[in-house]
Amino acid sequence: MEIAQSYLSHIIKVLPQLFDGAVLTVEITSLSVFFGIIIGLFMGLGKLSKNIIFKVPSTIYVDFIRGTPLFVQILLFYYGIPGLISSITDSPFKIEPMVAAVVVCSINSGAYVAEIFRAGIQSIERGQMEAARSLGMTHSQAMRYIILPQAFKRIVPPLGNEFIVLLKDTSLLAVIGVQELTRKGQLYVAVTFASFPTYIGVALVYLVMTLTISRLVSWTERRLGVSDRRE
Amino acid sequence: MIVVNNLVKNFGSLQVLKGITIRIKPQEVVCVIGPSGSGKSTFLRCLNLLETPTSGEIIIDGIKITDPKNDINKVREEVGMVFQRFNLFPHMTALQNITLSPMKVRGLDKKEAEERAHHLLKKVGLTDKAHVYPDSLSGGQQQRVAIARALAMHPKIMLFDEPTSALDPEMVGEVLAVMKDLAREGMTMVVVTHEMGFAREVGDRVLFMDEGVIIEEGTPDEIFNNAQNERTKAFLSKIL
Repeated sequence: MEIAQSYLSHIIKVLPQLFDGAVLTVEITSLSVFFGIIIGLFMGLGKLSKNIIFKVPSTIYVDFIRGTPLFVQILLFYYGIPGLISSITDSPFKIEPMVAAVVVCSINSGAYVAEIFRAGIQSIERGQMEAARSLGMTHSQAMRYIILPQAFKRIVPPLGNEFIVLLKDTSLLAVIGVQELTRKGQLYVAVTFASFPTYIGVALVYLVMTLTISRLVSWTERRLGVSDRRE
Repeated sequence: MIVVNNLVKNFGSLQVLKGITIRIKPQEVVCVIGPSGSGKSTFLRCLNLLETPTSGEIIIDGIKITDPKNDINKVREEVGMVFQRFNLFPHMTALQNITLSPMKVRGLDKKEAEERAHHLLKKVGLTDKAHVYPDSLSGGQQQRVAIARALAMHPKIMLFDEPTSALDPEMVGEVLAVMKDLAREGMTMVVVTHEMGFAREVGDRVLFMDEGVIIEEGTPDEIFNNAQNERTKAFLSKIL
């Protein structure tokens, strides 16, 4: 009983801090997915392009990001690259942890979103492009008016999934001192040693967020599905 | 109107078209028949460069479309195409399907494009379906919208790629009726089809293709009643 009571009081004490962290987590994730969608759209189109000037860089980018751990990408971007710049310019160079966090997560997300876009676009029947082209539309008009609007509907569920994955992975940003949800937990534990209640609290806050998002995604999915059938 | 000289198309090592040469006059209705895999669809798709010919030349309305210098989009504006699987845009209503290209490609304003679309929907007998999405339409209705969509660009030539092959039998008639009207109005048409009745009744000329070449051509009467080539006879005996 005593343990339960002390755990409970720790949870009550740490929860407001965890909420602050959760807000930052959501902010970083939202910004990163937003930029990731922009990067991903261009990189996805690049991967589909027949022109090697677009195809090769986007393929290298996607392969590199998806083939290396986000944790290593964070370390490389926050410590490695500023270190390199410092030694080249021979003067100290540092990046703000928050800036580094959003940049790294955007670049990371962009690679996964690129694959989502590529798969979504390729899932649209070839006849759609042919019909559009046969009506005199250019390739980009056909993409804009015919292919992308249809692909977008199919992209919503995997995009929601990407949001959830990235939301959880932002916990890795604790290593560069960004005070997101996990870091807030760590800081509380460092003072109180109450690791069990704190990390259970952290886990539950993540869980609430991911469940909420997946409900939102399936709701959106249903809404979009309906528009195919209305009269 | 259409001149094709020694058209060859390879898919990898497979030669699908082995030198097609033909001239099609304005207002002519040419029906292309032949067994599946004979290259009829590929031939048709070369005429608006949905397939890029390996060699040979195609001249449409005086423009050599096989010359990469010429803008294929401009040519495609003049050449309508109707597909076996309709290929309507599922995220748009029938009306939007029809108005999109005139607005975006021809630069018509919305009112003008919609007037034209309503007129075309009336022509294909679908006045009441303007605001319906394609998946609420039957196959025959979808194909008629697809014809209206192609006509909205005011093409000089219409290409039909087995337009009734994906339809339930009872819907074939309504689509053929629309095509007959079009032929009567003097549209230049190239029709790949298995509908021998249509070819016989509406076609000015029938081409029989097999293994990538035109084996025989002539008036419907010459082909259907008096075929000279053994392969034509064998094909017709199987399907008539």
